[in-house]
Amino acid sequence: MMAWAAEGRHLLSIDDLGREDIQRLLTRAESFAEVSGREIKKVPTLRGRTVINLFYESSTRTSASFELAAKRLSADLLNIKSVGSSVDKGESLKDTVQTLSAYDPAAIVIRSPNAGAAQMVSRWTTASVINAGDGKHEHPTQALTDLYTLRRRVGSLEGLKLWIVGDVLHSRVARSGILAFVRMGCEVTVCGPPTLIPRGIEALGCAVRHTLDELADADVVYSLRMQLERMQGTYVPSLREYAALYQIDSRRLTPTQLLMHPGPVNRGVELDARVIDSPQALIVDQVESGVVVRMAVLFELLAGGGRGARNATEQEPQPA
Amino acid sequence: MRLHRLDRRSDAQGADLLIRSARLLDPRTGLDQNSDLLVRDGSVAEIGAPGAIQAPDGVEIVAGEGLHAVPAFFDPHVHLRTPGREDEEDIDSGTRAAAAGGYCGVLAMPNTDPVVDSASVLGSLRERANREARVPTGFLAAITVGQAGLQLTEMAELAGAGAVAFTDDGLPVRDAGVMRMALQYQRLCGGVLALHEEDPALSGQGVMHEGAVSAVLGMAGIPAVSESTMIARDAALAAYEEARIHIQHLSAQQSVVAVEQAKASGVQITCEASPHHLTLTDEAVRALDANFKMNPPLRTESDRQALIEGLRSGAIDCIATDHAPHSREEKEQPFELAPMGVTGLETAFAVLNTDLVGPGLLPLGLVVEKLSAGAALFGFTAPALAVGEPANVCLLDLAAEWRVGEGGYESRSANSCFAERPVTGRVRMTIADGEVVYRERSFAIGIAGGSG
Repeated sequence: MMAWAAEGRHLLSIDDLGREDIQRLLTRAESFAEVSGREIKKVPTLRGRTVINLFYESSTRTSASFELAAKRLSADLLNIKSVGSSVDKGESLKDTVQTLSAYDPAAIVIRSPNAGAAQMVSRWTTASVINAGDGKHEHPTQALTDLYTLRRRVGSLEGLKLWIVGDVLHSRVARSGILAFVRMGCEVTVCGPPTLIPRGIEALGCAVRHTLDELADADVVYSLRMQLERMQGTYVPSLREYAALYQIDSRRLTPTQLLMHPGPVNRGVELDARVIDSPQALIVDQVESGVVVRMAVLFELLAGGGRGARNATEQEPQPA
Repeated sequence: MRLHRLDRRSDAQGADLLIRSARLLDPRTGLDQNSDLLVRDGSVAEIGAPGAIQAPDGVEIVAGEGLHAVPAFFDPHVHLRTPGREDEEDIDSGTRAAAAGGYCGVLAMPNTDPVVDSASVLGSLRERANREARVPTGFLAAITVGQAGLQLTEMAELAGAGAVAFTDDGLPVRDAGVMRMALQYQRLCGGVLALHEEDPALSGQGVMHEGAVSAVLGMAGIPAVSESTMIARDAALAAYEEARIHIQHLSAQQSVVAVEQAKASGVQITCEASPHHLTLTDEAVRALDANFKMNPPLRTESDRQALIEGLRSGAIDCIATDHAPHSREEKEQPFELAPMGVTGLETAFAVLNTDLVGPGLLPLGLVVEKLSAGAALFGFTAPALAVGEPANVCLLDLAAEWRVGEGGYESRSANSCFAERPVTGRVRMTIADGEVVYRERSFAIGIAGGSG
């Protein structure tokens, strides 16, 4: 696996990262978690540099955490949303990116409803490009956040049995997650109705189940959001039947298992309210981790010895 | 029917030239030897031993040493984008691309804007071809009005106005009842029905082959069975109505099986495969480059091998490019948004020679034969290297190495799935229905120096 921060300039896919790269990112995130505990949560690392959030799709968690991450690193931040921008006027992705690149950003964070958008953007700009979700393809910073959250709770990820339950077909979180958890030595099983498990998903290194009968084998249950807004066909006969077969509730979740979910949750569909609020659930921790992990990604790409570094190779976070 | 029944520029000049000492290869007649080939006023006048033919006065001499002279190719499946998208291709540029690819004839699809579904649209298109077409060009008309799949076009009138055949290419004829009526109507108006086979209920929102790669990329897949089930349906209907069908751009193993079964049971069915399906797989889509997006999609290695075997066994009758130009801005979109289709006329021989002939998967003779076999499937006399025949000759340099796109394209569009690829084998000269329609630049310079 290539040494990412040394050669890589972008974070487009979890596949860009080797195990050491991931470990370095998670360790970096931990050092930022320490900063987050301080009263003043800022470090000057990216002072004077510009980060652009380019979001072509609605997002709360991802855009908010990238915004906070950039601000806590003292970067200048520009938020561009498709609504109300020239994208609304029919400007192509290429023209938008070339226009924004003229402002000399250090990084462009892009969220797009289309697979491969981040990859295309990376060909049109000299900025570092961070994929904040491209279609149903990947969402690498979510996967890193999940790794970080779980590692904080359990220590080592090696050999951990993880079940990803739900709508894998429409989930970029699942695709990046499978890649990331497998790379860190977890045994990953995906489970859901056959209509929502893409044919050939085993290629990512996971096993496939269609019932929760063996769910007790799992150390961690990762429940996916039922993406009601993406359901163009009738993938399941009814949400009632889906919930009956696949909802994670307190009967199905054993007391020693941990529960994760990328949010936002459809209460009463993929998760029962009681498990959401149980101490086994890491759902809030996942949100909290999102900021420090994205700080780590920005730091490693822009200041950590990559192409964009400015005398910052050995720099440790300092209070501002 | 002779190719000259097709439309082309009315100022075409009959060639007078002597190709000296080329390797003449015509698989259909069994010709395979070093010979001289004399063309007088656009027809093959004489074939003789190397050096044996005396060049008559005023006849250009073309040095053929080291080159193959083969029957020029015929493509029964191209998109000339005219009328409607002349920014992507017009008849002039599309047929120049064909000439550069070694083609002496092309058949254009009717999925234009407006659709070629009336005699008046067809008539104006043919007039335009009579002014612009560099190589003989035929036009297919739509099966259904507006290609909407609901109502048959005036097929008899269209046939009378010169439609070569009928197709709703780009779209399937979804309704089996409409398909059946078109097959019945064939008894009246003749003309093959060329079919784009795809069950939209199965292909859905798909943008690439459904398989491991689409699962990893998170893109909606088009399963191979969306093609093969429609082939099976239409083969059964064609058998029942004793009609003649041609299946366009076969992409999947199951489709080859479906065609083989139909042929074995006596259905009048023929089919084609495209150079990209014969040389690439869905692995290429990992690059997320929209120049690998076409319909039907690139499939797996076993599908590709089945297509190659289909050419070998005869299950697949011809090679057709499905040349589909698209503008740069359309293809510079994310994969899922970009339109389907790739150019192919200028690269067909080179990529087939590089990927299939070079490694020994298919003999040169078979590839050459399949590249022109489409003519006969649509009722035209196949190009032949024979005395008395109109000259339809392609001069090939099998050893020439080049990079796709290095000198630009004759086509107005550059959406080639082979762009930047190093390839071996180049068309040096094309004679289409008696006229020299293409000379590769360096070769043309060579001739000027050598024959002067």
